[in-house]
Amino acid sequence: MNWVPMTKIARRFCTAIALLTTVWAGQVLWAGHAWAGVFNPETFTLANGMQVVVLPNHRAPVVLHMVWYKVGSADEPAGKSGVAHLLEHLMFKGTPKHPNGEFSKTLAQHGGQENAFTSLDYTGYHQTVASDRLEMVMELEADRMTNLVLKAEDVATERAVVLEERNQRIENKPGARLRVQANQKFYPQNHPYGRPVIGWREELASVTREDALAFYKDHYAPDNAILVIAGDVDVAQVKRLADKYYAPVPARGVAKRATLLTDEPITGGETVLRDARVRQASWSENVIQPSLSNGTPTRVAALEILSELLGGGGTSRLYRALVIEQALAVSAGTYYDQAARGDGQFSFYASPRPGVSLDQLAEAVGVETRRLLDGGLKAGELAGIKKRMMADAVYSRDAMKTGAWTIGGALAAGHSIEDVEAWPERIQAVTEQDVLDALKAVLEEPKRITTKLLQNGNGDGA
Amino acid sequence: MKRGMKKLLVVLIAVFAPLHAWAVDVERVTSPGGIEAWLVQDHSNPVVSMRFAFKGGSELDPVGKAGLSNLAASTMDEGAGDLDSQAFQQILADQSITLRFDAGLDRFSGQVKTLTENLDQSFGLLRLALSQPRFDEEPVARLKSQIIAGIRADSENPGKLAYNALFANFFPGHGYAVDSDGTAQSVTALGPEDLQAFVKTRLAQSNLIIGVVGDITPQRLGLLMDQAFGGLPEKPSVKRGGDVVPTVTGRLQVIERDIPQSTIVFGHDGLKRDDPDYYAALVMNHILGGGSFTSRLYDEVREKRGLAYSVGSSFYPLDHAGLVIGSAATENARVAETIDVIRAEWARMAAGEVSTPELNNAKTYISGAFPLTFTSTGAIARVLVAMQLNKLGIDYLDKRKAYIDAVDMVDVKRVATTYLRPDLLDIVVVGKPAGIAPRP
Repeated sequence: MNWVPMTKIARRFCTAIALLTTVWAGQVLWAGHAWAGVFNPETFTLANGMQVVVLPNHRAPVVLHMVWYKVGSADEPAGKSGVAHLLEHLMFKGTPKHPNGEFSKTLAQHGGQENAFTSLDYTGYHQTVASDRLEMVMELEADRMTNLVLKAEDVATERAVVLEERNQRIENKPGARLRVQANQKFYPQNHPYGRPVIGWREELASVTREDALAFYKDHYAPDNAILVIAGDVDVAQVKRLADKYYAPVPARGVAKRATLLTDEPITGGETVLRDARVRQASWSENVIQPSLSNGTPTRVAALEILSELLGGGGTSRLYRALVIEQALAVSAGTYYDQAARGDGQFSFYASPRPGVSLDQLAEAVGVETRRLLDGGLKAGELAGIKKRMMADAVYSRDAMKTGAWTIGGALAAGHSIEDVEAWPERIQAVTEQDVLDALKAVLEEPKRITTKLLQNGNGDGA
Repeated sequence: MKRGMKKLLVVLIAVFAPLHAWAVDVERVTSPGGIEAWLVQDHSNPVVSMRFAFKGGSELDPVGKAGLSNLAASTMDEGAGDLDSQAFQQILADQSITLRFDAGLDRFSGQVKTLTENLDQSFGLLRLALSQPRFDEEPVARLKSQIIAGIRADSENPGKLAYNALFANFFPGHGYAVDSDGTAQSVTALGPEDLQAFVKTRLAQSNLIIGVVGDITPQRLGLLMDQAFGGLPEKPSVKRGGDVVPTVTGRLQVIERDIPQSTIVFGHDGLKRDDPDYYAALVMNHILGGGSFTSRLYDEVREKRGLAYSVGSSFYPLDHAGLVIGSAATENARVAETIDVIRAEWARMAAGEVSTPELNNAKTYISGAFPLTFTSTGAIARVLVAMQLNKLGIDYLDKRKAYIDAVDMVDVKRVATTYLRPDLLDIVVVGKPAGIAPRP
């Protein structure tokens, strides 16, 4: 339907706000509230260490097959940024058994849909096919887990493609360039989250066939992978096919990754990008906060509720105050990323109406957050948000893919199925005081950065 | 941020195919009041999705009022009846009801997604939005400011600039020439009286199409449809125009922007959805520039030469005209080479050069790919609406594969030589391309 070939890099899975300028937006794939649910998956582990998750859903004779590798751009060796994502592209080139791009050709002949993505923390490959084609897909995917062959000329051509992808995603977009610049100051020097998933241009341009193959050998193995299958299947069938195709792939003894903390000091401050092409200014403030990796379940859930209350859509406090009542902004909200393998972040963002400066917006956001801190929640406010989030759990079971993406992403970032399945209980347990404590922690956290996107020569957005 | 559907995101459902073993039962439901919907019952999860569309979109916005449909779509859910904007939105949020409208070139569409337990309330709110929208000063001003902010941002978006120029060239003087968002100037001038007129003249029962999927029975749906849509006038008072022939001359327009990568869009006239050659054209385009990672354009531009991350082509059937369009993006220094490759592939296909494996692979792909998206209630409801809009028949899901199977080599060669016109390919480049001579 859309002729643009499918994107090959992680994108956030929930609705993006057009003028969002938070530091990570677009870098991390996560289902946000879409993961609000009890998916009741079945799971088992093969002898070679590969975890398998099955989510039966018999609405249509269709199956979604995903392999997630617990490796992302944050795991790249120094000086080789971009190799994780370039390898993701190169995985389509071929193996001795299926050479010359046969993977995609075969899949297309069967009407299959496919794509792949790379994020900071993980890399994934997925196909959607009629359920009677599942075996074919498993054979192909297991084959390229260990038998990839790369020709030097293929690597050179694909590198040129990825450089064009980088132009398309970053160089041509002032807002994306600002995010890349800000990320560097948001994390300590040399922290892997401080560089873009797609890599620094110079480093990406110099990544070689050998670099890609070394990365492949280090990280692509069943003991570093998760198989997630959703749709018109049953567990016994998946078990039989996984034994046939994935179980024979030898483990490589891949070491478990450490949690990526942000203990070192950061540059922080303010990152400003002015560009003649900016026609709509925007502002964001981004604060390091715990994620599921290093936060208590209560704090993570409280931050999630806080984000919904302050900045989750057209009835949130920030939208009401800045966009409706004070008419200062065209958009305003918050975003909380809880899914990272390292620290998470809590972000505020807003975009001004004509004649309003970014400092005015920042001030108004500050007033509203303090109003919440000082005045507490209104009667029924917390209950209303919890009710909404529980409804999200029901909606999350509507689409076949939601459970697969949510559980796959959680496991690949080092979280557990229980972390996903216990989400409703975590949310229900949050008290008003938990929310206020979380807000206080956000406001007091010294690791923070402000971004400003401005039109060249146009003052402070006014 | 609430925005109308972008013109080029209004992808008319163009690729259909049945499942190998289609298990979905499409029912025709007629309400006591005579309103029809197509329904697929699914009681496995307590969720109901409804999609609906009124024929006639932004193409009908009056001269000087471009963006009217889009502003209406953005404000009809911002207060209705006794509920002001915040009260209306608060109920939607509290009950987790999705109720929204969108404006495309050819239709004004809407969707409702609700938990079964909130069905009555959802349809009640829809009735209010359709029959008694308030268009209060605050929400109208707010949504106008958001839409204008988006238009301003889009004014430096290479893809948006390129497609808007391409469509302006194709359809001078026609509603299709103007982005459905309108312009900053036209949106600024719109007021509540325009929006009230929109609702009264454009939304009616005779131009309404409805598709519903989920946890609901035909009886209940019938009653709810009468409640929501029964108050609409029988017929719209604005008439739609006839067909329009796209103006194609083989022009090459450059819109200069100081950016490292140029966006290239291209196209010319194609065919409409009801054309008997439509399926053959679909198969032919799949070989040329459709699908995912296997088309000729993908292979020649991306795989062999590394010229672009994205490239492809698509038949784009509008209600009053057919188009075939495509796009690519490449660094400024390689724009000329990229255009040469695209033109060469267009010409090679136009000469009727197609192999049997290419034909067979395209057919199996098109037959197999479409039903793979039928995995949520909303996705299936969207298809039910498209089937009715395009008059494909309620048994279409069963028949689709036969339509594709019937396409043979003679058909594909005929549509390739008939509909592809390499000399008349109109091209718009946004960027700072090297070595490109514009051609008027």
